Amino acid sequence: MGKTLFDKIWDSHVITDLGNRFVLLHIDRLLLHDMSGGKALKEAIEKGYPPAQPRLTYGTPDHTMSTKPGRTEKTHPPGEPLILSMRETTSAYGIKLFDLGQDGQGIVHVMGPEQGLTLPGTTLVCGDSHTSTHGGMGSLAFGIGSSELVHVIATQTMVQRKPKRLRASFEGKLMPGVTAKDMILHLIGELGTAAGTGYSVEYAGSAVRALPIEARLTLCNLTIEMGARTGMVAPDDTTYEYLNGRDYAPKGAMWDRAVAHWRTLPSDPDAEFDREHTVDMKNVAPQITWGTSPEHVIAVDRAIPDPSTGPEEKRGAWEAALKYQGLEPGKPIEGTKVDWVFIGSCTNSRISDLRAAATIVKGRHKADHVTAWVVPGSVRIKQEAEAEGLDRVFLDAGFEWREPGCSMCLASNGERVPPGKRSVSTSNRNFVGRQGPGARTHLASPAMAAAAAIKGAIADVRKI
Amino acid sequence: MDKFTKVTGVATPLMRQNVDTDLIIRIERLVDNVTRDGLGPYCFEQIRFKPDGSEDPDCIFNQKPYRDAPIILSRENFGCGSSREGAVWALKGMGIRAVIAPYFGDIFNNNCFQNGLLPVALPIHEIEQLADEMKASPGNARVTIDLENCQVVSPTGRTIPFQIDARRQHAMLNGLDDIAQTMARKDEIAAWQTQDKTARPWVWL
Repeated sequence: MGKTLFDKIWDSHVITDLGNRFVLLHIDRLLLHDMSGGKALKEAIEKGYPPAQPRLTYGTPDHTMSTKPGRTEKTHPPGEPLILSMRETTSAYGIKLFDLGQDGQGIVHVMGPEQGLTLPGTTLVCGDSHTSTHGGMGSLAFGIGSSELVHVIATQTMVQRKPKRLRASFEGKLMPGVTAKDMILHLIGELGTAAGTGYSVEYAGSAVRALPIEARLTLCNLTIEMGARTGMVAPDDTTYEYLNGRDYAPKGAMWDRAVAHWRTLPSDPDAEFDREHTVDMKNVAPQITWGTSPEHVIAVDRAIPDPSTGPEEKRGAWEAALKYQGLEPGKPIEGTKVDWVFIGSCTNSRISDLRAAATIVKGRHKADHVTAWVVPGSVRIKQEAEAEGLDRVFLDAGFEWREPGCSMCLASNGERVPPGKRSVSTSNRNFVGRQGPGARTHLASPAMAAAAAIKGAIADVRKI
Repeated sequence: MDKFTKVTGVATPLMRQNVDTDLIIRIERLVDNVTRDGLGPYCFEQIRFKPDGSEDPDCIFNQKPYRDAPIILSRENFGCGSSREGAVWALKGMGIRAVIAPYFGDIFNNNCFQNGLLPVALPIHEIEQLADEMKASPGNARVTIDLENCQVVSPTGRTIPFQIDARRQHAMLNGLDDIAQTMARKDEIAAWQTQDKTARPWVWL
C-alpha cells in the first residue's frame, strides 16, 4: 500500500518508537516569536538545557509590537521586556533574530516561507497554533505549547502521537470573487470546527493544485480552526518556483538534490486516508462569518441563520453567538453596518492579499464611519507594496498603512476593536473578545474586507 | 510536573461547546507581567466579570457551591483555538485539577499533560448525567476522578470508566518530566542527526 505525504514526512523523522503510538520525532525548524520565544529560551537555559540546534532556530517579534507607523519596541510598553529578553537569549546562543526594523522581520508564519526557511519535507514547529500555515509549502508544521517549546529547544525533538489522516479535495475552478480564504471557510462550515481534531489534513484536488503558494499558505493557516494541528499541500513546481533563490533555500547542486527528494513526497496514488471529503468548487461563493466560531459561516448573499431551524445540539451556541454579535436571524447579512476593517494577519497579509484588496479600493474612498487598517505581513511585503504604490492606494482611500505584525488579529499588542464595534477582518478567529473585549468580528477575504470598508457595511465583492 | 492520582470535589457544569483558549485566558494577561501562578484571577474573566469589573452573579463560577470546584464539566472541543499554555496555567490557578469533556483541542490536550491537569474524555450523555446529578444535590454532590483505575465516580455512586494513553497515565501518576526522559536518548538523537546530514544536507543550515 502506498503512503501519504504526511506519512512519508512523519516516518522519515522518527528517531525512535516509544510505544503506544508515541514516537520521538526530529524537528528540523523551530521558529520563535516575542510572546513565548525569550521566555522559553530562558526557561530552557535555567533548567540547564542550552539550545540544542541554534542554527535550526529562527525568531522574529510580531505578537506584542505596536504596528503604528514609526513604532519602536517602546511604543507598546508591555511588549518591551519580551523583545529585550528575546534579543538577549538569541544573541547569547547565536540564534538569528529578524529584529524590528530589519529585513526579514514580520509575522512569524509570513517570515518562514518568505526567507526560504520553510522547506518541503521538513518538520517545523512554533509556539503558535497557526503554524499549520507552513504546510502550504509541503512542510509538516504544527503549533505547540510553552512546555513543548522548551522540550524542542533542549532536544530538537518532540514526543508525539501519530494523528489520523484526512484528505480534503477541492475539485473544479474558483468562481468569481472566490479565494483560498473562502475555500477553507466553506470547508470549516461544512465539516465543523472540530472535524479535524486528532487528524492531519492534506488539501488536494484540481483547485488546490491551481493555487499559488501564498493562497496555499492561507488555506493551511485555518487548519487549526477545524481542529487539526497540521494541514499540508503536496509540493510541486509551483512550490519550487516560489522557493528557488530565497535566502535560506538550498542553492546550486544542493538545490537540484533537494528538488529530486521533494518530488518523491506527494501521496502515492494508492495511499489510504482515514477520512476523505470532497468540495465541489461550484458550491463555493465568497464567505463571511456571522457568529463566534469559524464554523459560523455563510455565503455573503445568504441570510443570517435562525437557531430555531438549526441543528438541535447547536441551538444554544447559535443563540449566544447572535446575541453577542448583535444580529437578527433571517435577515440578509449583506448590508450589516461595519465600524472597523482589518486587513492583515498570518492568514491574509501577503503581497497577493494586499493587491487583491487594493484592486477593490483603487479610485474609491472608505465610508466615513469606518476605521480601516492595512498591516502588511513583513518588512519585505511592505517594501514591495510601496514600490508598487499600493500604500498610496490605501492612504488615498482613507486607510491606515502600518508596520508589520499580528496587530488586531488577537489584540496582544493593545491594538483593539472597541467594545460593541463590528469589524470585518481578514484574520482567522472570530471568538468572543478575540479582537478586544466586546468586539464583534466577521472573518472574510481581503477583497471582501476592502469592499466592506468602501460600502461601510458587509458587502458582496462580486457586486463592486 | 505536578503529580495527579485522584481528585474528589464539586464539578462545575460549563455546558457549552467549543470553549476556546481565548475565553479561558485573554492574551494580554500573558503579555502583562503576570506570573504563571498568578493567572487564576483572570481565568474565564470575560464570563466571570461584568464590563465594570464586578462579578457576574449569573456566571456559574461565581455561584455556590461551584466557586472553589476542582473539576469542570463541558461539551465538545474544550480548549480549542490558540496554543497558549497560559490557558492551562490559568485553570490551575483557579483551582481546577481536571476537565471532563467529550474531546479536547489537540494542543490544549498536550499542554494539560505537561502541567498535571487531567483532561478526561467521556461520552456526552455521561457528562450530561453528571451535570444533572451535580445540580440535583447542590452543596453535597461530589465527583471523583481516579487516574490509577481510570474511572470517574458520579455523585450517586455510578462508576464510569475512561481511557487514557498508558504512557501519559504513567507520566501523570509519577509527575515525570518529558525533557529528562528525552535527554536519556541523547545518543540516539545524535545518531539520527548524523545520518540525516548525509541524506538531507540542505536541511542543515
